[in-house]
Amino acid sequence: MSKNWPLWEVFVRSKNGLEHRHFGSLHAADAEMALENARDVYTRRNEGVSIWVVESKHIRASNPENNGELFEPAQDKVYRHPTFYNIPDEIKHM
Amino acid sequence: MSENQIKNIEAEFDARIARDEKIEPKDWMPEKYRQTHIRQISQHAHSEIVGMLPEGNWITRAPSLRRKVALLAKVQDEAGHGLYLYSACETLGISRDELYEQLHTGKAKYSSIFNYPTITWADIGAIGWLVDGAAIINQVPLCNTSYGPYARAMIRVCKEESFHQRQGYEIMMTLAEGTKEQKTMAQDALNRWWWPSLMMFGPTDAESVHTAQSMKWKLKRKTNDELRQQFVDQTVPQAELIGLTVPDPDLKWNDERQSYDFGAIDWDEFWQVVKGHGPMNKQRINARVSAWENGEWVRDAAMAYAKKQEESRTKQAM
Ligand SMILES: [Fe+2]
Ligand SMILES: [Fe+2]
Ligand SMILES: [Fe+2]
Repeated sequence: MSKNWPLWEVFVRSKNGLEHRHFGSLHAADAEMALENARDVYTRRNEGVSIWVVESKHIRASNPENNGELFEPAQDKVYRHPTFYNIPDEIKHM
Repeated sequence: MSENQIKNIEAEFDARIARDEKIEPKDWMPEKYRQTHIRQISQHAHSEIVGMLPEGNWITRAPSLRRKVALLAKVQDEAGHGLYLYSACETLGISRDELYEQLHTGKAKYSSIFNYPTITWADIGAIGWLVDGAAIINQVPLCNTSYGPYARAMIRVCKEESFHQRQGYEIMMTLAEGTKEQKTMAQDALNRWWWPSLMMFGPTDAESVHTAQSMKWKLKRKTNDELRQQFVDQTVPQAELIGLTVPDPDLKWNDERQSYDFGAIDWDEFWQVVKGHGPMNKQRINARVSAWENGEWVRDAAMAYAKKQEESRTKQAM
């Protein structure tokens, strides 16, 4: 087993009501240390009220080479947007 | 892939950057782009880390508790900057260990400014004011650079830098308003840090090899000489305001250019320090290497502990 500390991804909720957002990554021996280090590295100026850490190896990311098949199908589905539908001008709020 | 196909994707890649699109870690990128970024980002990370040493020298001897908490917070920020940048660099497929290895063996460079000693308390003022001031000018354009993780790291860094510069200027101002000895100390620090700070912007445009490529990839938005001029124009009035004199007999306001003309930089000194012959090169690297080596048992113990905890958790689950 490698003695190098593994890499962790850090997610921080800036304040209640907002989602956790990816802030960056760091190395730590375990989850406890990752949380403590994340506190010191990413929230020195009240940037957060809650931290998630997850070991980077557990994240599966989509491959940008597949972006065509993954994301292009949504591009021609204009009927998913409200502006696709015609309604009389008299109707103001809909 | 044929050579032509590669040319086509490279052209498409450059076009994306020209359109201000960001490049993210898993996107295709030319090998040269990857290598150049690894070099620049790691060099930057190393500078933040080695940069803690000259200032760390004065933490225990800060003249008041107010100065001490400020300096501690600043040095801690620099550690943070180093960590943001190492993380950004690792997304390019190099490990933290390799990066440290490159620093410790001297394969990777860091900013030469940190090879000068901090011999009086005023040096802490001069570093915050001049060195962080120059760093800010270098760094602000990088908030818009093309590589996403680097740009995001730089946005965080830049937000934190302005306190660094202000705390340094405040130290200089206080000394300049103090006793005769204190004012002399401030002037002496300015005398020693002025020219090395100007060198922080790198060789003159005529000598600079990477500029065109770096401009295209938005690793640079202005040339070294333009940034240096910006620093001089900004800093000279700040020195005058607190009654200190910039140590350059050729310094003169140029009404036509609406800028300061300044004297020639001693580039021999610059290259000497880059090549490892500065006053503190050896001490700086020794300090890094011994911190790394003496910390090894702690890192190993932490991993052993983590492994044990993991095992006892799995046992309990069974
Ligand atoms: Fe910096
Ligand atoms: Fe910094
Ligand atoms: Fe700084």
